[in-house]
Amino acid sequence: MLRRSLTAACALLLLGPGPALANRVFVTNEKGNDVTVLDSETLEVIGTYPVGARPRGITISPDGSELYVCVSDEDTVKVYDPESMEELHRLPSGPDPELFVLHPSGNPLYIANEDDNLVTVVDTETHQLLAEIPVGVEPEGMGVSPDGKVVVNTSETTNMAHFIDTDTHQIVANVLVDQRPRFAEFTADGTKLYVSAEIGGTVSVIDPATKEITDTIRFEIPGVLPEAIQPVGVRATKDGSTVFVALGPANRVAVVDGVTDEVVDYLLVGQRVWQMGFTPDESLLFTTNGNSNDVSVIDVARREVVKSIQVGEQPWGVVVAPDKQ
Amino acid sequence: MRAIAAVVSVAFGLAAGMAAAAEGEVRAAVLRVDVPAQPPISRLDARPDDLGFAGAALATEDNATTGGFLNQTFTTGTVAIPPEGAEAALDALLAQGIRFIAVLADDATTLRLADRAGDAALILNAGAEADALRNDDCRANVIHVAPSRAMKTDALAQFLMWKRWPRWFLIEGSHPEDTALADAYRRAASKFGAKIVEQRVFEDTGGARRTDSGHVQVQAQMPVFTQRAAEHDVVVTADEHGVFAAYLPFQTWDPRPVTGSAGLTPVSWHASMEAWGATQFQNRFEALAGRPMRPEDYQTWVALRLLGEAASRAPALDFPALRDWLLGPNFEIGAFKGQKLTIRDWDHQLRQPILLASPALVHSVSPQSEYLHQVSQLDTLGTDRPESTCQFQ
Repeated sequence: MLRRSLTAACALLLLGPGPALANRVFVTNEKGNDVTVLDSETLEVIGTYPVGARPRGITISPDGSELYVCVSDEDTVKVYDPESMEELHRLPSGPDPELFVLHPSGNPLYIANEDDNLVTVVDTETHQLLAEIPVGVEPEGMGVSPDGKVVVNTSETTNMAHFIDTDTHQIVANVLVDQRPRFAEFTADGTKLYVSAEIGGTVSVIDPATKEITDTIRFEIPGVLPEAIQPVGVRATKDGSTVFVALGPANRVAVVDGVTDEVVDYLLVGQRVWQMGFTPDESLLFTTNGNSNDVSVIDVARREVVKSIQVGEQPWGVVVAPDKQ
Repeated sequence: MRAIAAVVSVAFGLAAGMAAAAEGEVRAAVLRVDVPAQPPISRLDARPDDLGFAGAALATEDNATTGGFLNQTFTTGTVAIPPEGAEAALDALLAQGIRFIAVLADDATTLRLADRAGDAALILNAGAEADALRNDDCRANVIHVAPSRAMKTDALAQFLMWKRWPRWFLIEGSHPEDTALADAYRRAASKFGAKIVEQRVFEDTGGARRTDSGHVQVQAQMPVFTQRAAEHDVVVTADEHGVFAAYLPFQTWDPRPVTGSAGLTPVSWHASMEAWGATQFQNRFEALAGRPMRPEDYQTWVALRLLGEAASRAPALDFPALRDWLLGPNFEIGAFKGQKLTIRDWDHQLRQPILLASPALVHSVSPQSEYLHQVSQLDTLGTDRPESTCQFQ
């Protein structure tokens, strides 16, 4: 069964897109206090750039002109030119920014402030603080609906996904999930929301329309202790057919069928895998492996790890630049 | 920034789209029974007045933030009382209708209070570590949040065996609690294959703990006390009253590391802990209390968070509903130890990893990954189901 689907996947790959464009891949190194930049075509390191104390969340504007880095221990978000890696300016982030999400239009930026139980909303053009929204204890995960109308924040000690209306900045719903929710990911069609629970060991599948949990994904890996299976990062392909879940100290990425929400495979990656990022054509998925100081490169179609790339100390977040316009 | 925060109206209480969590108030209390004690050997270890209470206050804040989304409120009373007033204080709490009581007391007092409360309350034991309370003296109305002595000694034993330091020189104090702790080390040694090659008792002869230039005598006394011990890899100390262990590091006759009650100590919590998201937890506590977190504060925090977590998920907020949820098969809680914590059904002990810390840093966390278990690795620490002598009435 597995072999047949692999063969099919290989055939697809042969017929698939032409040569991939080279994109820059940006990796924050939490302990190294820098960002490693990779080339998505050669899979080589382009350079390493200091960014300040304890960089974690990282994202890039839709037009690829601005790279945003949560510099947690400096209580700021620094904005870089992704080509030159020169700092352009800083955004008022609130204390201890960890993760954030950009509105699909590129503005504003929604930032989780772990220490203050707040989500901070910042205008990326005027650099002004637009709002502070009180949420549960230790906000972390941030997801935005494809239409930009709803931002979802997860709070790690309250154990909820908070649905925030982006027009009113009001919480419109709270969904209780399993212990220590870390990450929220909408599918591109907006019909599903995946919320990972690190300590609970599950991913909740939520219907954003009804705010009901429709399914709970559980993981079981032979030879791996259940306590080591700690889901963190979640990424879904644009067609919604495949969902990848990083399982932390289980050192695996789970491959989930996006239709049935069943686990179909586990890919062995580096140690303590947390965050992931696709190339724009979704041919490759990069994973940050905090305890082995490397990035695993997954061939999405073949569902295979094709390379490990040494980066800085304790890689945390990753984002791939969009195709050049 | 403050002005903007004021403009954005707070969405608490707006529970739209919320699953069917019960609404209402959850009342609890922390009852701390203070035994008069000498000041500690080190002034750095002096007991803060709000010991345990500050952890409870943080838990209550955390519960209230979560409860704000569920129309739930949480109140926690605090009582500090000398041993002779413990029963009256418990009665007063019960008379107020408070039925969840976190108790920070010694082993005997905790048992007395549990028996006095009976079915009227659930005792969340946040202080007493006696293994007897988890075995022959176990009570159905108690949840042990504090780790047992056996859990702590097993945690240290696993690490010492991982280090290939199996030959122990065990030094115990002369108080009954010291003997109980030393017994737990003897049990841990036989469980994990260590050999206690030398045992000595350090008598508590009283006297002041601190004297001007007292170190001069300490530097002479400790090497002599540890002289001519059988060949050993490590010194293990059992000193529950802080009489001698803190003097031993760097003063032993043979150059050996000191562990147990000083040096490398097994603890439920440590102020230096930063793994598994603990940094934010420590920051919140320090902002609230103005001091680093102690194990007692962690234990009261967990005790009251158990209630908050049960309130989020139980079908109702009344006493039987919350108690049954806490003791039911689905209960689990995250508490900054890298894995979910659950409650053992055979003795109501909270399963938890144990930190191994020196005064400034966490050096390891047990269970060590090499010690496997057919149910949960956490059950390699303490009294496992087949060994338990607990029989709930």
